[in-house]
Amino acid sequence: MIENKKVHKFGMVIDLDKCTGCGACMVSCMSENNVPFKEDESNKKDSITWMRVYKLTNGKSFPETEIVYLPRPCQHCGGIGDHGHSPCVSVCPATATDYGYDTGIVSQIYTRCFGCRYCMGACPYHARYFNWWDPKWPEGMEKYLSPNVSPRMRGVVEKCSFCYHRYQLAREQAIVEDREIEEMEYQTACTTACPAGAIVFGDLNNPAHKVHQIVKPDPHPDPMNHKVVGKSRNPKVFRLLERLGTNPKVYYMSEREWVRKAGDNYLKGEWENVKTHHGASSSHG
Amino acid sequence: MKIDRRSFLGLGLGAAAGIALSPVGVKLTDDSSIWTQNWPWTPVPEDGEITYDRSVCSLCPGACGISVRKINGRPVKIEGLDDHPINNGGACLHGIAGLQYLYDPARIKTPLKKNGNKFEKISWDEAISLVAGKLGEIRESGTPESLGLISGADNGSMAQLFRRFMDAFGSPNTYTMPSLESNLALTAAALHSADRSLGFDIDHSDFILSFGAAIIEGWGSPVACIQANASRHERKAKLVQVDYRLSNTANAADKIIAVKPGTEADLALGLCAVLLAKTKIAKDSLSGDVNKLAFSAMLEKEYTSDKVEAITGVKAADVEALAMAFIKAKAPVAVPGKGRGDVGQSLREFAAVQALNALAGRLNKEGGVFVMWPAGYLKFPENVMDDTAEQGAGKAKLAGSVTELVDKLEKDGGLSALFIYNANPCYALNNTEKVKAAMDKVGFKVSFSSFMDETALKSDVILPASIFLERLEDVVSGAGLAKTVVGLCRPMVKPVFDTKHPGDTLILLAQAMGDSIAEGFSWDSYEACLEEVTGDIWDTLSDDGYVVIDDKPPVGTPVTDFTFLSSAPKIDVPMGEGDFTLVPVDKMRLAGGSMISSPFAVKTVSDTVLSGKYSVVEINPATAGALKDGDVAVLKTAMGTVKVKIGLNEGIMAGVIGMPRGLGHTFNNPYVAGKGVNVNDLIGPVIEPGSGLDAAFGIKATLSKA
Repeated sequence: MIENKKVHKFGMVIDLDKCTGCGACMVSCMSENNVPFKEDESNKKDSITWMRVYKLTNGKSFPETEIVYLPRPCQHCGGIGDHGHSPCVSVCPATATDYGYDTGIVSQIYTRCFGCRYCMGACPYHARYFNWWDPKWPEGMEKYLSPNVSPRMRGVVEKCSFCYHRYQLAREQAIVEDREIEEMEYQTACTTACPAGAIVFGDLNNPAHKVHQIVKPDPHPDPMNHKVVGKSRNPKVFRLLERLGTNPKVYYMSEREWVRKAGDNYLKGEWENVKTHHGASSSHG
Repeated sequence: MKIDRRSFLGLGLGAAAGIALSPVGVKLTDDSSIWTQNWPWTPVPEDGEITYDRSVCSLCPGACGISVRKINGRPVKIEGLDDHPINNGGACLHGIAGLQYLYDPARIKTPLKKNGNKFEKISWDEAISLVAGKLGEIRESGTPESLGLISGADNGSMAQLFRRFMDAFGSPNTYTMPSLESNLALTAAALHSADRSLGFDIDHSDFILSFGAAIIEGWGSPVACIQANASRHERKAKLVQVDYRLSNTANAADKIIAVKPGTEADLALGLCAVLLAKTKIAKDSLSGDVNKLAFSAMLEKEYTSDKVEAITGVKAADVEALAMAFIKAKAPVAVPGKGRGDVGQSLREFAAVQALNALAGRLNKEGGVFVMWPAGYLKFPENVMDDTAEQGAGKAKLAGSVTELVDKLEKDGGLSALFIYNANPCYALNNTEKVKAAMDKVGFKVSFSSFMDETALKSDVILPASIFLERLEDVVSGAGLAKTVVGLCRPMVKPVFDTKHPGDTLILLAQAMGDSIAEGFSWDSYEACLEEVTGDIWDTLSDDGYVVIDDKPPVGTPVTDFTFLSSAPKIDVPMGEGDFTLVPVDKMRLAGGSMISSPFAVKTVSDTVLSGKYSVVEINPATAGALKDGDVAVLKTAMGTVKVKIGLNEGIMAGVIGMPRGLGHTFNNPYVAGKGVNVNDLIGPVIEPGSGLDAAFGIKATLSKA
């Protein structure tokens, strides 16, 4: 018999006013997930960083300049209408990437991937990375590799998994003890590392979880744009390129309007319309 | 057979169904993945039981608690330790990357002896007897004071053990690298009394006035500072940053006060002048203090708001408004030490900022600055000193600071042997060419390094040290924190290479020297020594992993002595000529000083900081002239000429060039060395009279297209 278990929808809120750009999340992610490194990583186009911190500026001159650091993991899109057809999943010919309907996590199965990179083309967030080379660790450094995450080989695409192995560990523990997973039992490596406490992670479907309380996701489709579901009812919270209807599970938060505006490329006058109807209107084009 | 429309459609449907059900498609994708995924060597990390061990990170003076996840006893991940009084679960990227240091191929794997230009492997027995023999000769020649020591931190049992060795040997010539802690100790000595330090209670302050302190980029105890900053919003505490560029800290601040580089002390004195002229608190707070009249007369004459405006570029009205906002806050604190507060600091600046705290009545108050006693938890038994030791140790030191020592050595030598522990002066001090030349003047150099860094490469013998994940040690917080916590760093693995705990090395060395030196080091091991000297706190330390020694404001208000400030000479920095002022910039993702960044840390560095082999310098577009973003340019100072890439950046004051610190390492490690330029190569030391500090915060420079 199939039990009607509660479906999770794991998501993240990143407070951009708290993020200092220190990079702890990036390194925590890399050391948690066996991400390799090369001699020269300064060409960021072929540098594999599941979690990447971007820098945005308001473009004004010192001392009026303001910077915002924007950490970008995989956005774990729910796809149009939040039905699970995230951009990368829809285009994968090998079913190497998949949508977890019980978790909301977009997975990547390395042994199935044959490197066509359609998913990379489809991802509007540049969250996927292709292994052009077999990773090499300097002699002896492979000793710190974790058995919980498969090292990837040349020719495959990889990306952030919301530290899915941590979910598996927590889930197994919960099953053994015949109970639900608790909020703090499953946290991603970037969340636990952040010294500023800028990242909050949890189940967006669970009203007891902090992410739910911050985001207050609207369960109904946006009346102006039916592709968009789960829009935040908190006016300080936004998603990247929200109007595309990819329905990411990573939300960003800022008090500053220019930062919220930086979440998309608005045409002239468009932002005013979206801003004033925040939480209601988000028609695209 | 006639193909009619119906059968045609049927054939089409049949073909579609056939293709859909055929295994050919699946087979082809499967084959493609097999063909594309040829990996000659597939790492299969060993699985096993998961355990977590507690320890303390000692990569920097932050002293954060860490949790090490192990699989079958093999460490796989480092994270911040929850509920630790310093970092409360947080971690910085350098600590998280700790395992890369453990297995780093650039580590020194056995004791080494220099033979010509090459190092050859020797056994520990050979190494100890070689060093003990050389030191024995020096002692016999009657000049024990010609043994020097340059070390990093100056607290904890390892620092005391090294000092004990130097005393028993008979040399006063111990030097520590410039650090925030050493600068704060100097400030306390100049203004209050010797053997104290300053701790800033940023956690409880509601108005933090930072004089360029990179609170987010690694000032003090980095994680504790980031957390104190992060809690600011909830506490409704303001951060005002005095700076000449948009550092991450400035960016997080509520307000930026833009000053010309190098005039921070003048601004602080200007604020002191306003407080003295306009508020009663400042006048009253001077009662009982030393030389206050001369100080206040000097301020009245030299630091009127107009004069301060001319020097610093901050409008007179803003100087006055800032001073009043500071004094009106409930718990204001002024924080000195631009950048990480280590190299390129003047005592005048530290003292001026501390004078502001004193005048605002913020000494030993919650949310203010604590004039702290050293953590006196270590009780070493009386040292054993023979006549040679008494005579040598009683002599005057060769120099007042490590920068002065370098100057002296380079000019006329003076040391026949030198120990280097936890320090990389050939990289971390300004004008590294000069430091290397000074090193060449020392006959015999013994390095206790873990990594083949620039200074280890200059050494004659290397006694390789186990790193923090392989060793036991007491780690004391300091670094500007308003509390003292002693943490216990524990070995997480057996030494990966043939290295030893430097404490054990020192004990072996002392015992090989024999006589009185051996008597003073009669422990079986460093572990036995640590257990003895930590006496009262050992049980708590080994059970809990840390002991909080002090976290309350010290009792009473210390007397402030303004003598140094009343007559502190202004130094004419920056030196040289050029349209630009080159200043080093501290970045959180790049380790500074003697610490070397990990491959992970280097990987995270933005391409606006490091681009291929080039350091990228920050320049305001308004002053870049014909130079465009990404151009290769020639940067010239009185110390040298290098090629850099241009990074146009609105967030830096016009006329200033910001160059990242922590790049340009020159040893053999392609992941972290050979990238960019060491900014210290380009800056000449400017020694401040009265403190011996290298006050060169920058240098004049020219920039032209390559």
